[in-house]
Amino acid sequence: MRYAMAIDTKKCVGCSDCVVACQTENNVPIGYCRDWIVEVTDGTYPQLEIEIRSERCNHCENSPCVRCCPTGASHYEAGGIVTVTHHKCIGCGACITSCPYDARYSHPDGYVDKCTFCIHRVKKGQQPACVAVCPTKCMYFGDLDDPKSEVSVVLKKRKYKTLIPEAGTKPHVYYLI
Amino acid sequence: MREEIITSGRLNPNIDPFLQIWHWHIPLYLFLGGLAAGILFFASLYTILNKENKYPGAVRRAPIIVPFLLIIGLTALFFDLKHKLYFWQLYTTIRIQSPMSWGAWTLMAITPLSMVWVAIHIREFFPNWDWKFSILKDLEAFFIKYKKYLAWVILYFSVILGIYTGILFSAFNARPLWNTSILGPLFLTSGLSAGAAVIILFSQRKKERINFAKIDIMLIGIELFLIVHMFMGFLASTEVQIEAANMFLGGQYTAPFWIFVVLIGMILPAVLEFLELRNFHIPAVIPVVLVLFGSIMLRFIFAYAGQMSRWLY
Repeated sequence: MRYAMAIDTKKCVGCSDCVVACQTENNVPIGYCRDWIVEVTDGTYPQLEIEIRSERCNHCENSPCVRCCPTGASHYEAGGIVTVTHHKCIGCGACITSCPYDARYSHPDGYVDKCTFCIHRVKKGQQPACVAVCPTKCMYFGDLDDPKSEVSVVLKKRKYKTLIPEAGTKPHVYYLI
Repeated sequence: MREEIITSGRLNPNIDPFLQIWHWHIPLYLFLGGLAAGILFFASLYTILNKENKYPGAVRRAPIIVPFLLIIGLTALFFDLKHKLYFWQLYTTIRIQSPMSWGAWTLMAITPLSMVWVAIHIREFFPNWDWKFSILKDLEAFFIKYKKYLAWVILYFSVILGIYTGILFSAFNARPLWNTSILGPLFLTSGLSAGAAVIILFSQRKKERINFAKIDIMLIGIELFLIVHMFMGFLASTEVQIEAANMFLGGQYTAPFWIFVVLIGMILPAVLEFLELRNFHIPAVIPVVLVLFGSIMLRFIFAYAGQMSRWLY
């Protein structure tokens, strides 16, 4: 089992519904976010191209945060989801520094926090909150090892990219282009 | 003109607009750890080489400050933790791939060893010292008997501690400025140079001071060589590392780094030490303070600049 997410940059309008849904679902402290919208405008005026991405932890297969954690608080759950055990985290900040996507932050309570792919919902057979609320249905979530899962099907059909694959992290969030 | 404009909606405290998760605690600790490693390295080395009586400043006197340096450093590290009450989790596991774990266990070993070293040389400062309890006297006799072995263990751990202060940074692929293996040897050399400088301050013999001034000049030479080659490596590497190097080659860290670290912290003390060897009268404390200043600035500048170097936006 390898959980992954695919996000259609052609469909995403950057409404930030996913951001708010995550903050509500996961009780994210005010002023923080586990997912966020990035807008990239590229080209020579007037030939401009815009790409909108909903970004979050990439739940990398080769996670630098898991490797550098001195206590084992950062770890892989079943399905490759990267999570932090709060009562094992000492708040040293090594994982925050190690993440090339800057997807982690220090929770005001002291431990390090980040996107969990809504593992509490996934375990119940539900979709992550961001995927469930997306009004343009631009996000797909599922198991890469299951050829019939939404994410496997869409990755077979469409062209995609990952963010900074050259960092060697093997991200599990794919952007359809 | 082709342009790329990136707008991010993320504004997490201490993460955006650029990473600032590590403040003064980490570079201060890296400096104190490196200095402690430097002093212990020379103390154990000259014990192993049977030159204890030739270099008493290095072997018996300077190490007295090491436990204090390590304790201040450890306290700084503790204050850096955001989830302080769980710090003991560090000692429930050994994680080979985590530099922090290596550091925690190395400190666990070298701190008590440095205290033992100070204890068996305590009479250098307090000639009438009495341990009062027979078990302590027996322990002292035991460690004095096996002092050579103790020196070997300390030598080994001091090199690990010195290198680890650089590896802590260099193991992070996410920060291109830190992601160079030269940082380990560079911080080790800088720590050894700071250690040699402090030994000069503690030494009471002219011959010993001259020896350590020579060692210091040599170490500063190695440091300069490593710095030049570090930038050479960056400029021959990927775009993110070229950008990271440019912070020091025209960017915002150019003046602080080349003036405070290289000029005032390395070249100037090396010149002063050289003049001293040529019998010019220069108060020993001046080059020593400059070397320590350069050593601490190197770590502060690298800690802050490294967090600003990045892959994405």
